[in-house]
Amino acid sequence: MDTLAFLAQGFAVAMTPTNLLLALFGCIAGTMIGSLPGLGPVNGVAILIPLAFTLGLDPTSALILLSAVYYGAMYGGRISSIILNIPGDEPAIMTTLDGYPMAKKGKAAEALAISGVASFIGATVATLGLTLFAPLLAKAAIYFGPADYFALYVLAFATIGGVSGMNPMKTLLAACIGLMLATVGLDPSTGTARYTGGSYDLYDGFDPIVAIVGLFAISEMLMLFEGNLGATAIPSVGRVVPRMKDILFSLGATLRGSAVGFIAGILPGAGASLGAVMSYSVEKRVSDKNKTFGTGDPRGVAAPEAGNNAASGAALIPMLTLGVPGSGTTAVMLAMLISFNVQPGPLLFQNQPDIVWGLIASLYIANIVLLVLNIPFIGLFTRLLMLPQWVLMPFVLIVSFLGVFAISNSVHGLLVMIAFGVLGYVLRKMEISLIPVVLGVLLGGDMEDNLRRALSISGGDPWILVHSPISIGLYIATAALLVIAFVFAERSTPAPGTSHNVK
Amino acid sequence: MKFLKLASLAVIGTAAAAGGIATATPALATDCIAPSDPGGGWDFTCRTIGRLLTETGVIDETVQTTNVSGGTGAVAFARVAGSRADDENLIVATSSVAITQIAQGKYPGGTDTMRWLAMLGADVGVLVVPADSPFQTLDDFLAAAKDNPSSMVVGGSSAAGGWDHLRLLMLAGEAGMEPDAYKSMRWVNFNSGSPAVTQMLGGQVQAVTTDIGEIGGFVQSGDIRILVAMSDEPIPAFPDAPTTASLGLEMTGYNWRGFYVGGDVSDEAYDGWVEKMKALYDTPEWKEAAQANGLIPIWRGGAEFSEYVDQQAADTEAVSREIGVIN
Repeated sequence: MDTLAFLAQGFAVAMTPTNLLLALFGCIAGTMIGSLPGLGPVNGVAILIPLAFTLGLDPTSALILLSAVYYGAMYGGRISSIILNIPGDEPAIMTTLDGYPMAKKGKAAEALAISGVASFIGATVATLGLTLFAPLLAKAAIYFGPADYFALYVLAFATIGGVSGMNPMKTLLAACIGLMLATVGLDPSTGTARYTGGSYDLYDGFDPIVAIVGLFAISEMLMLFEGNLGATAIPSVGRVVPRMKDILFSLGATLRGSAVGFIAGILPGAGASLGAVMSYSVEKRVSDKNKTFGTGDPRGVAAPEAGNNAASGAALIPMLTLGVPGSGTTAVMLAMLISFNVQPGPLLFQNQPDIVWGLIASLYIANIVLLVLNIPFIGLFTRLLMLPQWVLMPFVLIVSFLGVFAISNSVHGLLVMIAFGVLGYVLRKMEISLIPVVLGVLLGGDMEDNLRRALSISGGDPWILVHSPISIGLYIATAALLVIAFVFAERSTPAPGTSHNVK
Repeated sequence: MKFLKLASLAVIGTAAAAGGIATATPALATDCIAPSDPGGGWDFTCRTIGRLLTETGVIDETVQTTNVSGGTGAVAFARVAGSRADDENLIVATSSVAITQIAQGKYPGGTDTMRWLAMLGADVGVLVVPADSPFQTLDDFLAAAKDNPSSMVVGGSSAAGGWDHLRLLMLAGEAGMEPDAYKSMRWVNFNSGSPAVTQMLGGQVQAVTTDIGEIGGFVQSGDIRILVAMSDEPIPAFPDAPTTASLGLEMTGYNWRGFYVGGDVSDEAYDGWVEKMKALYDTPEWKEAAQANGLIPIWRGGAEFSEYVDQQAADTEAVSREIGVIN
């Protein structure tokens, strides 16, 4: 078979000592960068591009280094989600929902181990998909128009309701706050400034990663000021080596998460964050029979981690075959390819097979390296939990400030982060979940872009939104999910008179 | 500010060191601001030219690229005007897109706020359609547009009134369409050229105007057809594609790439930079890099370039006024 021959050739390219060393370094650096709040895969890749040039690497080696960083950061993002309740990067948001409760129960090591294995499986599924079907899938993604993307975002937001496990009205309120914040900045289709108060710094709206660091890290610090500063984060650490039983228990969740994430990743623009959101909400619908999700269910850790790793692997498909980046990170990798005179697009697989197949082979290698690396890392990271909060949190705060400054290069970014921190503190006090707010900020812009595009195409006629079979199918799925959620809620509602408002 | 930057570098350095490999940081003497996120066209300008300046020996030290994104370059423009107007070691990447923004009053200041250094190359605007489109030639497209302008759906990588959109309208105006007619063509904005083309292949829009550089691969593969390149000379990569000049239309839609420096930079430093850019422009390395990225090497520097920028801003302002983008 052609594919196998090409892949074998790819491994021959990737298995040189230099390239293996680069993959190893990339994996370690990526995990570190991914686990620091504020710094994510985009920054990791952007930071290392100059290094690739300084070392005089050829395009294949440079790409191997950067994709190892990319995969590594996806693995790393989960670490601070689980240990600190602060997502290391955007796609790791959903991992906080069950990962942190697991850590609080003394199961941090299990959570890290399960999510590590889930990441491995998710990334492997995506890499296999990339190997076998890339050109085919790229053709299919073309038929996904703006109206269909909008329907997909509607589906994502409709499923948030069930995610946070809180009062549905508060969840709705939180999502609305997020969406409103996402409208700040230049109007995508006319370039008119909205809610910027004349400040050029607000022209691009709020950077989601800055918002996340503020909402989670800064508000956590503010909560700590209220007391309890001397306490150790989490008393017991638990086992360091994952048990087969735990991994098997969450295997179904991992596989479902991988499939959902892979589909989200193929669609340019949707990317890893949406992959994680959809994986988590699907898994909760399928498996949450005993209402254990949100309280530290291992399946709630496995699904989003498999999902975001599968999505980030799949995002390479539109990048390589169409030249359309599926995410911020792939946009940076695309730019680097172009500056190496490699032109991604429909002809890349034919014109430069050794680059493509060398890259694909290196993804397999990076993935295995990451799994092997991440098991010993677990012991290291769980040890952080034994530090008292008054030691740990100031360190997190310093890293947050430096990380945000490094990506925004401005004091403005720091001020936005602090403002979001105060907002996060107020919302937490009102027991409003932060996740829907973040998703609103993160996905709201793309959702609006696609709505506006669809309406520009139709000349303002809203019927275009339900004009294609894809969008109709997505709306039916949304309606079905809402009905199921409603029926489910009715059944599990306690006798009338009891408070419905328990956390 | 400075110590924070160093500190952030230190953190990154620590992360690298923790990873087992320490990287030596070379002296950072020249700063190139890319007014976009990593991955954009301005980012490419800084990173490629920054790298070539060192590699070809035009300057001794390395060039550090700093991304200051926001407001299509307005944030970087404001920052340079406000706090680094006399910084002689700072160059800022810019292009036709920025001049459009300035002409429409979307930057904090006019072209006289900065000193315009040079352009080193230009991307060419093209009008493309899918291979199976009924429009075989520009005339087919224009005939349909004149017949029923509001049925035409065209996409590109800028917002309405941005450079991709203006180029389409200027082309239509030059081909004899009335402002009221060409204004009613529908415009769909995408994040960049490739998504616009993929969505066109999916049947969402009928045609796309954008730079050829990013979408050349689709022309090579035969998925799309160039109806016209908005240039005087044929595009090197696709010499058979018709140009506005070859069709007898007096308009061009270049997107040049170049640099400005702060408004208070001394004549001596300004002239020094112009010389360095010219030296780089004359190297075969730049020609090669430009061509690989779909750019045509074009040189305009110093006073000549400043006049060109002023003229372009005045022209764009006039067109924008005519089509109602600004009052």
